[in-house]
Amino acid sequence: MSGPNTEYDPVEVTPLKADEVEAMRDAAIAAISAAPDLEALKTVRLEHVGDRSPLALANREIGALPPQARKDAGQRVGQARGAVNKALAERQVQLEAEHEERMLVEETVDVTLPTDRVRRGSRHPITLQSELVADIFVAMGWEIAEGPVVEAEWLNFDALNLGPDHPARTMQDTFWTEPADHHVVLRTQTSPVQARTMLTRKPPIYVACPGRVFRTDEYDATHSPMFHQVEGLVVDEGITMAHLKGSLDHLASQLFGDGIDTRFRPSYFPFTEPSAEVDVRCFVCRGIDSASCRTCRGEGWIEWGGCGVVNPRVLVACGIDPDTYSGFAFGMGIDRSFMFRHTLEDLRPLFEGDVRFSSAFGSEI
Amino acid sequence: MKTPLSWITEYVDVPDHVTTDELTARLTLTGLKLEGIASPGAEITGPLVVGRVLTMEPEPQKNGKTINWCTVDVADANGSGEPQGIVCGAHNFAPGDLVVVVLPGGVLPGGFEISARKTYGHVSSGMICSAAELGLGDDHDGIIVLPADAGEPGQDVRPLLGLDEEIIEFEINPDRAYALSLRGIAREVLVSVEGASGFRDPALRETPPANDAGHPVVVEDEAGCPVFVARKITGFDPSAPTPEVIAQRLTAAGMRPISLAVDVTNYVMLETGRPIHGYDADLLQGPIVVRRAREGETLTTLDGTARTLSAEDLVVTDDSGIIGLGGVMGGQTTEMSATTTSVLVEAAHWDATSMFRTGRRHRITSEAGKRNERGVDATICEAAADRVVELLTTYGGGQVDPGVTVVGTPPSMPTITVAGDRAARVSGLDISEERAVAALRAVGCEVSGTGTLEVVPPPWRPDLTDPQDTTEEVIRLVGYDTIPSVLPQAPGGRGLTRTQLLRRRIGRTMAGAGFVEVVTFPFVGDADLDALGLPGDDPRRTTLRLSNPLSSEAPGMTTTLLPALLRTAGRNVGLGATSLAIFEAAPVTVPRASGPAPILPVDRRPTDAELDALDKALPDQPLHLGLVAAGEHEQAGWWGPGRTVTWADAVDAVRTVAGALGLELATRPATTAPWHPGRCAALLLGDVVVGHAGELHPRVCTAFGLPPRSVAAEVDLEVLLQHAVHLRPAPSFSGYPVAKEDVALVVDETVAAADVEAALREGAGELLESIRLFDVYTGEQVGPGKKSLAFALRFRAPDRTLKEGESAAARDAAVRVAGERTGAVQR
Ligand SMILES: [Zn+2]
Repeated sequence: MSGPNTEYDPVEVTPLKADEVEAMRDAAIAAISAAPDLEALKTVRLEHVGDRSPLALANREIGALPPQARKDAGQRVGQARGAVNKALAERQVQLEAEHEERMLVEETVDVTLPTDRVRRGSRHPITLQSELVADIFVAMGWEIAEGPVVEAEWLNFDALNLGPDHPARTMQDTFWTEPADHHVVLRTQTSPVQARTMLTRKPPIYVACPGRVFRTDEYDATHSPMFHQVEGLVVDEGITMAHLKGSLDHLASQLFGDGIDTRFRPSYFPFTEPSAEVDVRCFVCRGIDSASCRTCRGEGWIEWGGCGVVNPRVLVACGIDPDTYSGFAFGMGIDRSFMFRHTLEDLRPLFEGDVRFSSAFGSEI
Repeated sequence: MKTPLSWITEYVDVPDHVTTDELTARLTLTGLKLEGIASPGAEITGPLVVGRVLTMEPEPQKNGKTINWCTVDVADANGSGEPQGIVCGAHNFAPGDLVVVVLPGGVLPGGFEISARKTYGHVSSGMICSAAELGLGDDHDGIIVLPADAGEPGQDVRPLLGLDEEIIEFEINPDRAYALSLRGIAREVLVSVEGASGFRDPALRETPPANDAGHPVVVEDEAGCPVFVARKITGFDPSAPTPEVIAQRLTAAGMRPISLAVDVTNYVMLETGRPIHGYDADLLQGPIVVRRAREGETLTTLDGTARTLSAEDLVVTDDSGIIGLGGVMGGQTTEMSATTTSVLVEAAHWDATSMFRTGRRHRITSEAGKRNERGVDATICEAAADRVVELLTTYGGGQVDPGVTVVGTPPSMPTITVAGDRAARVSGLDISEERAVAALRAVGCEVSGTGTLEVVPPPWRPDLTDPQDTTEEVIRLVGYDTIPSVLPQAPGGRGLTRTQLLRRRIGRTMAGAGFVEVVTFPFVGDADLDALGLPGDDPRRTTLRLSNPLSSEAPGMTTTLLPALLRTAGRNVGLGATSLAIFEAAPVTVPRASGPAPILPVDRRPTDAELDALDKALPDQPLHLGLVAAGEHEQAGWWGPGRTVTWADAVDAVRTVAGALGLELATRPATTAPWHPGRCAALLLGDVVVGHAGELHPRVCTAFGLPPRSVAAEVDLEVLLQHAVHLRPAPSFSGYPVAKEDVALVVDETVAAADVEAALREGAGELLESIRLFDVYTGEQVGPGKKSLAFALRFRAPDRTLKEGESAAARDAAVRVAGERTGAVQR
């Protein structure tokens, strides 16, 4: 490469000829626009823009011109190179776009192919139902209490006003553990959790206790030695049966739909006095034209659980002053609620672990 | 408790406009729940009429049977008025008798359609019916012969047999024993049904005064038997039939008619609620003595069972020894029979608790026991005995013995003190004191006082002992259906506990990892534990045993979730699931040496020490997570072949769960059943083994019907939940460039990769950002008994760009330490 020419050189050099510069420019632009692809454009770039290209060579000669001629020549060559570079850049963008477009078309796949490389997991519907119920109570400001499944006889029975000779003990078929004189049972209800709560906390108490319970029932379509219950307990000042009704109505409407309420029928539970059976309005027929309804078998109501005002004897055994506080309690089957909410007539699928059953519910019910 | 409606209305008048549905709905609302309404003739349709047998020709048959060719007058019921020709196999009737005839077109219970048909050489146009054929009991001995004055031929027979009777079944709560009688039900109708009136108490009757002429009775245990009444009749006809109405009512109540004497005692029990026992008086030897049994004494009860008695059992004895289990079941030696002509009637009041214990001890459930253990009116023994005597002599003849034995007096009822506004305060209803007092009086209580009420329950309500009991009476009569619905306002709650939230997170993590949750029963037996291949001294073999397991094959509470999970997996495989992944999170039961759980008092809060003793008596019940996977972890498809599940997937599932709790688990080789001894990892949190994961032992796969190379894991979640990371500080990262160094190290095959990694980590120093083993190679290039482990190391300083050679130096230091610790040589 030669340095700037400081001497006058009479030789006429190419850049001075406008038509030749224009020809170089036009040839370059023509080659650029003729380049069919990026590869060809690369060659064109070497030929017309590279160090050995005519315009580059011409540009190099400008320094050799007399000063008065440089400005003019420089401008002319510069404009030509600018035009070529611009054309090159535009063609580059254009060809890249075309290339991308073609490539994307070529890479098209069949998106209807299966994608199930990894199987979906799911949670058990009873777990989900328990969590649903727990969330309803938590939203009411209640808390979720839990306790052991293998439980002391005293907590499962005596503390709940079910003394050793209480006829009601025959209502529940209890699994006893060995040795019998250790007085340890599989809890027949989640009520011992209520007793534990009252024994360890001061009112106001607003708790729900979901969990598994056991009875010595032979396993069939409607009985299982293990099933799930949720019980509720409120102990506070001035608690009445109206509050009990209100809480159950709320639970019913949350679980089964707006407008689904409950009704009470007198009943007997040692834990509560007064006691009531609670029926929930059939959420399918809503008690209107029930005759043909399969869910409630024409009753308009579905037996849901038991409830009542906590027996003062229970409060005393759990260290709560029955003159200051009163409370209510209720309990119902989670499995049973699930069964009629989802029209399941045989409870056995809940405990047989057929993956098709759990999978049907995914992770939300 | 089942009863015909007409029996109820014998004791109380119900307004005509009250339908059966309204009546039962009202009773349901006040506490006698309707179970159902049935009619014994509900299944019978078509003509069922009275017929008079006109002629009857016995015709012996070749098969040895003799049939009767009869003509029967059914008047116009057959449309013609001509006698109806019917073939009948029974012989217990004669011409002139009134019988029950179903004519062609009729349908009997069981869908048995009657038509005229040829049989035994005749056209038999209908059938003469037995009680069994009409669904009235199981007496197949012959056809029904109606009383001569029962009705006219051709008349519909349904009303005569009570076939169109409505039989109501009530569910009786344990505290309402009084409603196990017509007396109690009628009284409930009186207080519950608007407009009901005219209650006629069947236990209210004039009875002869006690005298010394009766059968001698000595009660040695007055607390156990406060009242014992004995009456006697002689010259009774044991063959006298039970009147139809009594038989029908007993049948409706679900009791089989047996003989007049037995039926009458049952009838009076249903009527009054007072269980009665009848003895064959001629078989009694000497005075009756009521006492507690001596331990080990024996008695054969009416049901033929020989029983060994306890010192707590109340027994009735005579000179011959024990003749009955008082209040529960009589003995065989003095049982009334088809030859009994003298009957001693016992109406006694028994201690309810003793009745309950004896019934439970000897596993006897009887109608008498059911009433005696729940509480009976102690004041009606004389009336009930008198009613029995009346019915027996009315229908069976004989003379009433003038002797009337009455021992003891009924215990008095307690006085309950209750605030007049208690029912209002408990119910949330506006119940005035006047309303409360009226309700209590309606159920038979005596009430005095104002503001504070003194309430004495009636003798038939021994269940009323506390203010809460009288409160329930008031509220149920005011009406549970009037209680308003008011949502109580809880103080701000704390939401789910952290443990509860984490447990949900564990479940979601497992489901997210492709596992399906199952719920299994926690019962286990030796066969299950054998199938797991647990050695004899494995602690998981020590289970808490159940005294009364449902199956003798699974008598224990399980210590591990695996048997049930493996069984469940096997069942799924059997159903065609070739690949599956299941899990369960549930407590297991781990027994520990502990004393008994005390039975604490209930009249006060137990002390903390007493409560502590309860908890100490319970087994450990840690929450476990178990999982089983089989077949392909990723399935084959257009993308290529599937990937069979491996031990590593089991380990990783547990690590994923731990990761969800912010924890990292280390592994080390373990040889624990039910896993493959070379493919089982102990999972450690710090130094604590929290569980195991890996490939199952081939024999375990076979035992549970699982494909080879199935995998499983079980961990104790309690430890993980306890250590779950809470309030983790936010991390900060270096923005300076990373320097990467890969090394391949050759070690003996027996060297654990984790040990090599740990050595590298230690040797690399503080600049090491991460290390990851990305390849394991065995083969010719490293030689036999060796393996090559390839690690990618990343170095970075928190505050500067690393200098040239700095990361290489750290790498070399790491390799040096690995070499010293594990014999690793860089390739
Ligand atoms: Zn319905």
